[in-house]
Amino acid sequence: MKQLVDLAGVFGYISLLTVGGGMAAFPELKNLTVDVYHWVTFPELMHYYSLGQLAPGPNMMMVASIGAQVAGLPGAAVVLVAFILPTGLLTFGIGRLWTHLGKWPWRASVQRGLGAVAVGLVAAGAIVLARGALKDWMTVALAIVVFGLLMRTKINPAIPIVASGLVGLIVLWLH
Amino acid sequence: MKKPAEAALPVAPPPSLWRLFLGFFIMGSTSLGGGVIAYLRTGLVTHYRWLDDETFVELMAISQSLPGLNATNMSILAGDRLRGWPGALVAALGMCLPGASLMTAAAFVVGIGGDDPISKAFLTGIAAGAVGLVTVVGVQLGRKMLYEIADYVFVAVTIVLVAFLHVPVLYAMIGVGVVAIWWHRPRSGTAPHAPRHKDPEHHDPHA
Repeated sequence: MKQLVDLAGVFGYISLLTVGGGMAAFPELKNLTVDVYHWVTFPELMHYYSLGQLAPGPNMMMVASIGAQVAGLPGAAVVLVAFILPTGLLTFGIGRLWTHLGKWPWRASVQRGLGAVAVGLVAAGAIVLARGALKDWMTVALAIVVFGLLMRTKINPAIPIVASGLVGLIVLWLH
Repeated sequence: MKKPAEAALPVAPPPSLWRLFLGFFIMGSTSLGGGVIAYLRTGLVTHYRWLDDETFVELMAISQSLPGLNATNMSILAGDRLRGWPGALVAALGMCLPGASLMTAAAFVVGIGGDDPISKAFLTGIAAGAVGLVTVVGVQLGRKMLYEIADYVFVAVTIVLVAFLHVPVLYAMIGVGVVAIWWHRPRSGTAPHAPRHKDPEHHDPHA
């Protein structure tokens, strides 16, 4: 029981640090789960993290693995609720507040202004991703092919993405 | 009076709660390779047409400036717009359930991959593909959201701050955001920064 309370406290706190993406909270996640509470070792944490990259959905669902390793299914459930609910309620409330501003003239200004910033953030995300992901001719070619395909067609992006993964496997097998 | 934020694209009527859950569950199950935002745009704007680009970017800006995972925040905001609080709940559940179940299961399976050569090769492939995907979404959103030279300047400054100077996203957002909002501030009488194309009244607060 004490363990579940600790899990809830730690992951509730960590969720508040995830401003601008889950990775923002990673240093504190490592500190608390590995160094303070010894729930996982650092290699285990990295293992779950890289596994989480393979899983679909939000990138930090790997917190469920830590909860499950510490306290089984209840652990996973407690961690997920603690990680998602507080920030979720905050977002919900702010979203409602924003909608209620209705025809307040500054609302359109904020939309226009932050719209440009948001486009910049997507572009910055692509650059950061490219730096880590594009290492050789194969990865560059994959990125270009997926880009061309998705610009010209309306297929579900998961299809070319899974295909890219398979190309990665084939290249490994050829070596 | 037009309805707010629904004028630019033909937007489909709001889905039932079940359809909403299913839509988010499918996006939550297929969004591989990072950049869930890209899958969300493809699904919400292009495929289901539940939101237009203006609303999507508006919700995205809120999501990114608040704590919480961007994909989860987006699901909550979009779900609430479409179906009220039950919509927010089922959208967030649909988005998180697939990944969360898989990662819970992973803790019970000893020796499952993630850092072995085969997983790494697969990950290398999907990460490369994801670069293409995120770039597509950047281009598509840019076409829709950028109207004048100043907007492109804000985009460029944001890119330099975040991708090259490694300024935390929150600070970049506040810094560039405040300038950009001031640039687009309401002017009395006319709307000098009204968009040149698409829906000319859409951004006019006095419409």
